[in-house]
Amino acid sequence: MTVAGSRDELALVDLLDRLLAGGVVLTGDVTISLAGVDLVQISLRALISSVSTLAEP
Amino acid sequence: MSDEVLYLYAVTDSDIEDVEVIEMRAVDGAPVHVIAEASVAAVVSAVDADRFSESAVRHSMEDLHWLETIARAHNAVVSDLARRRPVAPVRLATMFANIENVRSLLRVRAEDFVAALDRIRGRCEWAVKGFAVDTEPLPATAGPTEALGPGRSYLQRRRAERDGRDRRSQEAVAEAEAVHDRLVQLTLASRRYPPQDRRLSGQRDEMVLNAAYLLPEGVETEIRRVVDEYHGGRLRLELTGPWAPYSFSTLESDQ
Repeated sequence: MTVAGSRDELALVDLLDRLLAGGVVLTGDVTISLAGVDLVQISLRALISSVSTLAEP
Repeated sequence: MSDEVLYLYAVTDSDIEDVEVIEMRAVDGAPVHVIAEASVAAVVSAVDADRFSESAVRHSMEDLHWLETIARAHNAVVSDLARRRPVAPVRLATMFANIENVRSLLRVRAEDFVAALDRIRGRCEWAVKGFAVDTEPLPATAGPTEALGPGRSYLQRRRAERDGRDRRSQEAVAEAEAVHDRLVQLTLASRRYPPQDRRLSGQRDEMVLNAAYLLPEGVETEIRRVVDEYHGGRLRLELTGPWAPYSFSTLESDQ
């Protein structure tokens, strides 16, 4: 079995859907808390501004 | 040398050995290693405590280069593991102050992790994205509008274009829902994500379906056939996978 991700062409945006909104969420005393930080909002806002800047001729 | 904290990639069965992760490239350059406790094991690597503090990560998330580097490194470890064994991937940027905190997590949540691993054991994730095609404006139709004068004619033409585009977009959405319903029948579980922003996907077509499906390993033929053989009017489909089961790794008590 091969798993998507070993190849470079894997789209970052597909990856971020899963890494920022999927996966087990662990919060509480034992973690360094990023709970309450909306990673999706922060990173997508940053991505969109970067991509928009790059795309301008 | 500055302090280190532990970055957690995934949780897996406790039979994992260090040799399975020794070659892996970690997010911050340190070796990947295994912490087994109770009936499960955590896959971790040391990262710099300053660069991976809460405030630093919050700030770094806005740096595209940093985010891409971390995301790809995280996925490289997780997908490498997923090729060999059941894994419950953990959300990006989950850190622990020390080994004892990781052990404590594993002890306290062992049953939840075992249940999560059992849900994805022998299964993998495939993704289907659907795009509305042919939603560009139709060529304007000449005719009765000419009598209205250039200004009103233009506005009417623009309105007709927009209405046509909306209609075709709605048709694509309806087709996408029908495809999704069919895929739900063929698979064990599904999860929808919001449509991706066109500026990020690089697609000029509007995304109308962004979904993940869980299915037994090696039986993606049917889902592939649905995608490959789809000839809808307004919908174009894309299949990616297999993915590590990111979309289906949840702990019971979080649901």
